[in-house]
Amino acid sequence: MSLLSSTTALLGKELRTEFRSRELLTTTVVFILMVIVLFSFTFDPTYNESRRFGPGLLWLAFLFAASLMLQPCFLREQNNDTLSALRLSVSDPFAIFLAKLIANTLFLLFTEVLMLPIFAVLYNVPVLRVLGQLLLVFFLGSLGVSIAGTALSAISAQARMRELLLPLLLLPLLTPVLVASTQVTVGLLDASPFLEWKGVGFLVVFDVIFLTALWLFGEYLLEE
Amino acid sequence: MKKQVLAAAIVFLLVGAAAYGAFFVAPTERTMGPIQRIFYLHVSSAWTGLCAFFVCFIANILYVFRRQPQWDWLSISAAEVGLVFTTVVLVSGPIWAHPVWGIWWTWDARLTSTFILWLLYMCFLLLRTLVEEPDRRALFSALFGIFAFLDVPLVFGSIRWWRTQHPQPVVMGGSGSGLDPTMWKVLFFSWFAMLALMALLMRARYAMEAARGELEMVRHEAEAV
Repeated sequence: MSLLSSTTALLGKELRTEFRSRELLTTTVVFILMVIVLFSFTFDPTYNESRRFGPGLLWLAFLFAASLMLQPCFLREQNNDTLSALRLSVSDPFAIFLAKLIANTLFLLFTEVLMLPIFAVLYNVPVLRVLGQLLLVFFLGSLGVSIAGTALSAISAQARMRELLLPLLLLPLLTPVLVASTQVTVGLLDASPFLEWKGVGFLVVFDVIFLTALWLFGEYLLEE
Repeated sequence: MKKQVLAAAIVFLLVGAAAYGAFFVAPTERTMGPIQRIFYLHVSSAWTGLCAFFVCFIANILYVFRRQPQWDWLSISAAEVGLVFTTVVLVSGPIWAHPVWGIWWTWDARLTSTFILWLLYMCFLLLRTLVEEPDRRALFSALFGIFAFLDVPLVFGSIRWWRTQHPQPVVMGGSGSGLDPTMWKVLFFSWFAMLALMALLMRARYAMEAARGELEMVRHEAEAV
């Protein structure tokens, strides 16, 4: 099987597994919602303050949620003893990562899109006029988070204290994503919105570097 | 044993000479005064720490491709020693900053990325304590080490572009920055001394890790019998 066909097959499996239970998505959505509400108590969410702090807290909520959501990614395979079967079923182990990271990007993007209107309403930030650009940042940011997160969840699944370990390994690694996505989002939510292309380019560079690293080293992550 | 004592003595002398150079040979800085002398410890430790992490990165790559435990031992030794030097940077930085800038800390590119670097390698060591099986521990930490090292320039770039609100670096900054030639000499000598110290510490740590690895192997064999 080629990389493309095995990735599509595995992606179908990931999406089916999730949409049967939907537990990952519901939990993540509620988690982000909770963080957004709790954050409002830490500063005075007036119109101007929200514009300054809103993007940062939104991305922090996304990152925290992702570090929890990516947990079962490989753990599920391990608990069900399906990892070896998965490895035997594809010729290129990169397909496993590719399928998982595309699925994770979609899940993250889905929760983010769901949370955006709620965030906009609660914090009085107009998002409709920059919706397209916002989705672009969400996509590039979530892709970066998913690439690094999928790789690291393969590591943390085999360690002790894995629930704590994944956020610990993932969050410092994602500093550049947090900085760049927040910066671009701040620009988009500005009173006169603008798209900071430098930030968008930076996110693309991050995604490409880590995708290449995963492509080069991914197979070693799945060794037994 | 004799060789190690000799090496330690030489390193001791080098570090002493570097301290002497920093206190008595280097000229006093015009605006900052004597406190600037911490610069020789601060910058040389920072460069040495980066060198140690680079050694760790190379060892990680070699481990992934060759699977010889030696590279794993080298990587943990380098990571720990690098962490020590980075800690020196993070402690000496605020001591220098407070009298000069009036604040202990500022979220500038170099400070923040050093801090993130420190955190990343802290997690690297933490990961090692949380994976039981030796081969798997070595492989996973090597892979994480590779990801972490690749992340460092990105962290620095992102913070430098968007989060910095403070002057150009003194060393290798833009025009107008620069050091007195004597200062350069003392700085490079301090760096050399620190590198020697790094090599000494790394060698000692490596010997310890090698002994531990062998012990683990022997114990494993004994259990199998």
